[in-house]
Amino acid sequence: MIRVARLLYVSWFFNLKQLTRSGLFIFTSIVEPLIFATLAYYLFKAGQRPGTLLYASLSAGLMGIWTSTLFGSGGVISWQRWEGTLEPIVAAPPPLILIMFPLTLATATIGLYSLTATLLWGRIVFGIPLEFAHPVTFALAVGVTILALGALGIVIGGSFVLYREANALSNMLEFPVWIVTGAIVPLALLPGWVHYISWVLAPTWGFRAIRTATFGGNAWPAFGMLFLLFVVYLAVGQWFIDQFERRARERATLSLV
Amino acid sequence: MAAIEAEKLRRTYKSTSGFARRRTKTIEAVRGIDFEVGEGELFGLLGPNGAGKTTTIKMLVTLLIPTSGTARVLGLDVVRDARAVRRKIGYVFGGERGAYDRLSGLDNLRYFAELYGVPPKVQKRRIPELLELVGLTGREKDRVEGYSRGMKQRLHIARGLLHDPPVVVLDEPTIGLDPVGARELRHTVAELARSGKTVLLTTHYMYEADALCNRIAVIAQGEIVATGTPADLKSIVADRTVVEIEAFGAPEETIRRLREAPGVTSVAVEDREQAQVLVVQSPHGLELTQELLGYLDGVRVGRVAAREPTLEDAYVSLVTDGR
Repeated sequence: MIRVARLLYVSWFFNLKQLTRSGLFIFTSIVEPLIFATLAYYLFKAGQRPGTLLYASLSAGLMGIWTSTLFGSGGVISWQRWEGTLEPIVAAPPPLILIMFPLTLATATIGLYSLTATLLWGRIVFGIPLEFAHPVTFALAVGVTILALGALGIVIGGSFVLYREANALSNMLEFPVWIVTGAIVPLALLPGWVHYISWVLAPTWGFRAIRTATFGGNAWPAFGMLFLLFVVYLAVGQWFIDQFERRARERATLSLV
Repeated sequence: MAAIEAEKLRRTYKSTSGFARRRTKTIEAVRGIDFEVGEGELFGLLGPNGAGKTTTIKMLVTLLIPTSGTARVLGLDVVRDARAVRRKIGYVFGGERGAYDRLSGLDNLRYFAELYGVPPKVQKRRIPELLELVGLTGREKDRVEGYSRGMKQRLHIARGLLHDPPVVVLDEPTIGLDPVGARELRHTVAELARSGKTVLLTTHYMYEADALCNRIAVIAQGEIVATGTPADLKSIVADRTVVEIEAFGAPEETIRRLREAPGVTSVAVEDREQAQVLVVQSPHGLELTQELLGYLDGVRVGRVAAREPTLEDAYVSLVTDGR
């Protein structure tokens, strides 16, 4: 158990280090959320609702976490194949999920750049005070949201590699998920059937936990749902990864040559 | 017990072509091969590009599932006991790719040491030892993207040895290296065998197999065409004479007619800058030089020399006889 925990930690840190060396990845993780944050500030200001400006900062940051998870995890296996590192990691003894999960977790963690950037942008440029009702719960909510998104990343990465056509959905999935998880408009404004989709998406509960910790209220139901989804995603992700590994060894698709 | 055993090992690939009417073609990469590598042996799998060497290796290291047949490493089945096999085997492949280029060599080694379950205390001792072994001490903190091709190859070797595996598989480790780098790497491989590890090496360089291997299997078109010590293989062409003819711009048609000439066993063509060196084998005692030059009428010819057959001639003979 300790060995598995150490493997997960070392692999997560290794992959995080690798991702932070990609200037372009960091740049896009920061710039896009800042644009959305700026738009949101002006919209909220125009709506004469100054009390919700922090809401705009948080939403833009969380949208950034989702974007970096979606694009980072979606291409994770293809990227390893392209770099020639897929074969060495598959040839290593641990189950592939233990190697892939820290990787997708690292892509979700990179989203912290987005959240930090939008909060600081709001504070420095628009003078929005950073006041959190429950600072400790806020930090915990961010951490748990990233963990759950990392697990969702395994499902995304696994399914995209198994069904290659699904990769084309990356761009399509970015904006709709922002909407159905309540990052742009409150869920209450959306049709009832959309709520079923929202409930199975970790970002919904992550946003809810973070906002509750910021503005006050009970965040624990959202934590409970995040934990449940984390377990379900890992189970589904493991199935995808196992299928991928078996098929790749049968069809010789682990390397480009 | 043999360290590596392959029995009727076979692997096919399917490729599809066409858009409206898709056609599936089955390619036989490895056609039911048998071989054994003893514990502590340095065994060479020698063959031209596309002969099936890498496919064989990938089945042994569990990256490919055989279409049929079986393979075992230290008695463990490569399909059924894949995870156990991975713990016993160190896989080193040739080429520049396969490392995390934006991170340092040390970062790469630490990560893979973790994947192979090497305890932290052992890592602290083992990683510097391996860096020393492969000559990367002092450069371990540099990013891999700044390494030369040879340094990347040596990093692959260090990575393959992190968990101190009893069996090491090296797939064309010297490919693309300059002569000095290749020599240093061969020295490292020889050291591995001396330390008691079982080494399976694939190469298409005859002199490399000759210099390093206790035994060699020659593979061509997915089949093993000969197995033995370098001396055994040399004896295959002991009864032959070899004539080397330096030619400039010999057309394909001329070379084809040369191959079909009476008394000619095989013709290999080596390109050396502007010249081609035609290596012609014929039965011992048959003096064919004048006849051969007759076939090259109209082609500028340089140096012509007859010599005793080498292991490389044996290899050429083995891989071309079946064509």
